[in-house]
Amino acid sequence: MTMKLPRWFHQLGSPPYVYRLADRLCPWLGAIGVILLAVGSVWGLVIAPADYQQDEVYRIIYIHPQTAYIGMMAYVVMAVAAAIGYVWRLKLAHAVAVSAAPIGAWFTFCALFTGAVWGRPTWGTYWQWGDPRIMFEALLLFLFLGYLALRGAFDDRDKADRVTAILAVVGVVNVPIVHYSVEWWNSLHQTSTLLDEGGPAMTTDMLIPFLIMILAFTLTFYWLLLRRLQAEIIEREGDARWIRELVGEGAP
Amino acid sequence: MSEFFLMNGDGAYVWSAYGLTLAVLILNVWLARAKHRAALQRARELAGQAQVPRRQPTVRRVQ
Repeated sequence: MTMKLPRWFHQLGSPPYVYRLADRLCPWLGAIGVILLAVGSVWGLVIAPADYQQDEVYRIIYIHPQTAYIGMMAYVVMAVAAAIGYVWRLKLAHAVAVSAAPIGAWFTFCALFTGAVWGRPTWGTYWQWGDPRIMFEALLLFLFLGYLALRGAFDDRDKADRVTAILAVVGVVNVPIVHYSVEWWNSLHQTSTLLDEGGPAMTTDMLIPFLIMILAFTLTFYWLLLRRLQAEIIEREGDARWIRELVGEGAP
Repeated sequence: MSEFFLMNGDGAYVWSAYGLTLAVLILNVWLARAKHRAALQRARELAGQAQVPRRQPTVRRVQ
């Protein structure tokens, strides 16, 4: 029995199709992402009220969980893409994995930094060795960096794709551990504000900018991912005819 | 206005967190665009090289 796959499924495996799709999506993702980042920041910094316990420093809540979430999502995107690339030998999927890694690393770094400066006034320390949430979040950063370093060790791109895919897939177990670390172990870190039992532990005037910033960072992430993916596609496709036409040379 | 930037004593923490995140965002936009531009440039060079063997011999008009 042959399973009939929808047309878009095949199109998503086609580099020129994905390249042009990215060209159409990127201006929208970038524009809406940046506008929402501005709106959410002003809302969170100026309009939202101060917290009854943490006063003004709580305002880091409009960037810290968001950057942490993007880092984790980037890792899942990387691992899923790497797995698809490994199983179906799909070069485009490997290109997605490679593109997600540096962005995920940067956002995870942001999450660690914003967490440290939030920790100083609320916990009395920037950094606590052995704290489960901090350690597993740091591990997430090292998984991204390890993935990129391992890629750099191969001259052959296909081999790099296949070997690093294994690291990406194995490391994905860390993502739920990061998320549940505050519930499984005693951590200095507070439990999730948004995913609290019985609904978000925030008033509406705090929740709205919080959610705006999640959407803003998500759109920005996919904007960055698609632009990097376009570069990766060009590098991998080399002198394919459609690329020669794209750069305006070699057209007969 | 300065009261807003002082954030009741938490200004240094709040603004360094927002400042670093903004810097990382700008850096990432720049990195992604630079990578894209560099890839297009290499493709252009590659396409230019591919042209060379196919170039027609120069023909001079015989006076």
